[in-house]
Amino acid sequence: MAEGSVGVGVSSNQWSVISDQMDNHEESSLMTDNRSLITGQQGFLIGKLDEIAAWAQAGSLWPLTFGLACCAIEMMQAAGARYDLDRFGMVFRGSPRQADLMIVAGTLTNKMAPALRKVYDQMAEPRYVISMGSCANGGGYYHYSYSVVRGCDRIVPVDVYVPGCPPTAEALLYGITVLQRKIKRQKVFAR
Amino acid sequence: MTLEEVGTLVADEIGTDCLSYEVIRGELTLTIDPVAIVRVLTYLRDSEQLQFSLLVDICGVDYLGRDPRFDVVYHVLSLVHNRRLRLKVGIEEGVPLPSVTSVYSSANWGEREVFDLYGIPFEDHPDLRRILTDYDFEGHPLRKDFPLTGYGEVRYDPDQKRVIYEPVNLPQAFRTFDLESPWEGMETAAIRREA
Repeated sequence: MAEGSVGVGVSSNQWSVISDQMDNHEESSLMTDNRSLITGQQGFLIGKLDEIAAWAQAGSLWPLTFGLACCAIEMMQAAGARYDLDRFGMVFRGSPRQADLMIVAGTLTNKMAPALRKVYDQMAEPRYVISMGSCANGGGYYHYSYSVVRGCDRIVPVDVYVPGCPPTAEALLYGITVLQRKIKRQKVFAR
Repeated sequence: MTLEEVGTLVADEIGTDCLSYEVIRGELTLTIDPVAIVRVLTYLRDSEQLQFSLLVDICGVDYLGRDPRFDVVYHVLSLVHNRRLRLKVGIEEGVPLPSVTSVYSSANWGEREVFDLYGIPFEDHPDLRRILTDYDFEGHPLRKDFPLTGYGEVRYDPDQKRVIYEPVNLPQAFRTFDLESPWEGMETAAIRREA
């Protein structure tokens, strides 16, 4: 293992090394907030469980494929080669059981609302929702329509709203990084 | 055979049930009596000369205040002759129209759509349910007297743990703007300048 690299709980050396690296630990570049995640030189990672869990969660958000309208095209762009959600550890999943994140991308109609809620309920905790585009945020162009839900937050709790009609792939990407920051801030384990 | 000739031929065949026919901008339209719709479409499909083998669509029109209130419009296409024909049927509110699913099976969903959006019932339809709107939707949205925002809106109810319908409650009502001129309000400004 390369010097100074991070490998959680993986040792390439003998146990006796631990005491050495405790002495000359260095700050990790992985955690954006400058608190206590510390890497040793021999491939150890020492930190608060909370923060490691949050870091791991934020780094592997698996979104549910939930495209409802034209916003889904921009979502696909974000997943495509140019913006490449894979580098955030994001892999689109076809099953809510395997997903952490639901991106509501498009117009949510009255008829679709129970289905959306059902899929959300099927997701395992912790789960997050990004509302993408004007229609999902508040009905948008169809706000006064007889068949459109005036905001998907009437159906599911929303973590991040991404404005736009449709939002660009960059905007969605920014929304995702905002969500990652939110996840990194949270405390997973109750004291 | 020109469209005029087709019109004459079909009108003669239908007889008194054909109320009128006209060719406008190269399109032939026949207005017929509702009771004859199955017979006429069967003839158009089976006629050796015409061969209108494809029912393209069925749509409704709401002429609110007119008698009869609704029109149902059928478009048929002859693939052999590359020729189209339009049939119009006037129907009053609540009066059932004979289903043509026995003639064209593609009429099934078309009639369901007309039923869903206009509330025109079809007699002898095998499966007359709503097709587009929500399962327990109230009203028929394309009727001219249907309010824009409908009668109900949905919300997730945490107590019942399901999505429920509630009466529409809008914090701000829909406003119509005069979009004729991009310079709305400029007239008053001009008057002020002159004064």
